[in-house]
Amino acid sequence: MACIEARGLRKAFGGTVALDSIDLRVEEGRILGLIGPNGAGKTTALNAILGLTPYQGELRVLGRNPWVERERLMQDVCFIADVAVLPRWARVSQMVDYVAGVHPRFDRAKAEGFLAKTTIQPQSRIRELSKGMVAQLHLALVMAIDARLLVLDEPTLGLDILYRKQFYDSLLNDYFDGNRTIVVTTHQVDEIQHVLTDLMFMDRGRIVFNCTMEEFELRYAEVMVRPEQLAAARALKPMHERQALGRSILLFDKADRQQLAALGEVRTPSIADLFVAAMGNQQQGAAR
Amino acid sequence: MNPEANAMPGSQPSAAISPKVVPGTRPFYWSVRRELMEYRSIYLAPLAIAGVIVLGFVFVLEGLPHTVHSAMTMDPQHQRDALLHPFEVAAGLIMMASFIVSIFYALDCLYGERRERSILFWKSLPVSDLTAVLAKASVLLVVLPAIAFAITLLTETIILLMSSAVLGASGLSVAQFWAGLMPIENMTGLACHVVTVHILWYAPLYAWLMLVSAWSRRAPFLWAVLPPFAVAVFEKIAFHTGYFAGLLTERFTGGKDAVTGSGMLDPDMMTASHFVTTPGLWFGLFLAAAFLLAAARLRRYRGPI
Repeated sequence: MACIEARGLRKAFGGTVALDSIDLRVEEGRILGLIGPNGAGKTTALNAILGLTPYQGELRVLGRNPWVERERLMQDVCFIADVAVLPRWARVSQMVDYVAGVHPRFDRAKAEGFLAKTTIQPQSRIRELSKGMVAQLHLALVMAIDARLLVLDEPTLGLDILYRKQFYDSLLNDYFDGNRTIVVTTHQVDEIQHVLTDLMFMDRGRIVFNCTMEEFELRYAEVMVRPEQLAAARALKPMHERQALGRSILLFDKADRQQLAALGEVRTPSIADLFVAAMGNQQQGAAR
Repeated sequence: MNPEANAMPGSQPSAAISPKVVPGTRPFYWSVRRELMEYRSIYLAPLAIAGVIVLGFVFVLEGLPHTVHSAMTMDPQHQRDALLHPFEVAAGLIMMASFIVSIFYALDCLYGERRERSILFWKSLPVSDLTAVLAKASVLLVVLPAIAFAITLLTETIILLMSSAVLGASGLSVAQFWAGLMPIENMTGLACHVVTVHILWYAPLYAWLMLVSAWSRRAPFLWAVLPPFAVAVFEKIAFHTGYFAGLLTERFTGGKDAVTGSGMLDPDMMTASHFVTTPGLWFGLFLAAAFLLAAARLRRYRGPI
């Protein structure tokens, strides 16, 4: 069974179309990165998946209709919307008590184990914690829930690089077991490149690109071309070209690796570079 | 959270825990508990008022033997009024404090969670919107009145014991004092007042405030107060009548048929039977239910503001 399955998923706010009839299928056990510029419709898509907003079209999450069955669905789905949604008035221990009280799949000992590895005091109020500590707390609560789908919407926004790295490390080491599914959106794309199994680009309410990371690594190659070979490289029709430190870096889709190797140093591009290339082409396409 | 501490207990890979069976009432119970965690004024405000009353009563104690002595010479009705006065003031002030807390709580309970964005956290847990709204309503209709009643009882007991000690020391008959007070009747009367006025009669008022709290994007107090006020003004100008204003006033003042503060002391306290046959009561309860359902539905659609 697919974890998330959407057909013709559409959502408009007044005249603004946030989701333009998207089709989506996420299998169980995947870690999907949903990447897109601001206003692309990522959060709207996640809100629909989480039963936070009504929508048009067909949508099944773990076989359920999220808008109608949010309460039941949330036994198997967790989400971290962004850093600042834990109630500021609450004490850490109160949050643990509350989640233990309402959630049938919450393992209190596990949450306390995670918290013990941080500097967070159980008696602290959340408003007294730093942003990074709040993120640690939320992650500790969520990782102690035996859920099948975890949705992360900009979970590390505003955190410093140490907390961001820790966040994804613990997610991979202490949480992900190959059966759970994780959907994550973030603007810090490169930091999650090694984490993902699947990649999806969204723009203006549509899915503009969708592939697994294996495909990504096979398909795309980036070459730092020596100046004397630039003309030859351009003849191979790169999808994107940029300058860095006086060298030209060309991004190729489905090009022959041996041919490329003759032109310069070949490597797998970063998601961010592919994103910039894909979005640039999109906009050129829209302008034409 | 750091990866090198993986060997620590509690970080073992998730052995699938079998979901515990959670009884249907548990999310409700914990939703009520969470309200008490968040709004501590629910019990702190009446407690603070009670403290002030007891402290203030200490200063009255000196003149108490004289007051009681002169009261004993009056006819039974006046005697009782005079003796009861401090108890009625205490009950009235605590009930008033509880009422004010209720109003602020009702206006904030569905608005505050959207303003501080924590609604996204609450909605990430398996608690339905209806459960959340009913938990908040039961704070207003069960928890707050029960706390106010208990604190009033406690305060009155303290006042009674302090009075008895002073009277006994000054040689007056404590038994006569207690007999004049009729504490048991007084207590039942208070309970009756709490249930009829603070719960049944005010229910639509609280439910309206909760509905506005779930609906408004800003200034819930203004949205709660101005539209009814506008309707009353419109009616006055357009039709020269005051039915709507009259309805509101009746609702606030406890209703002429409700068992009111003074009515509860009447020997025929059982005007309660009259009260339950009042159409206004049932209409109000119906409205309250409709407002609460609407609030639950709104909470489902509303996100953070």
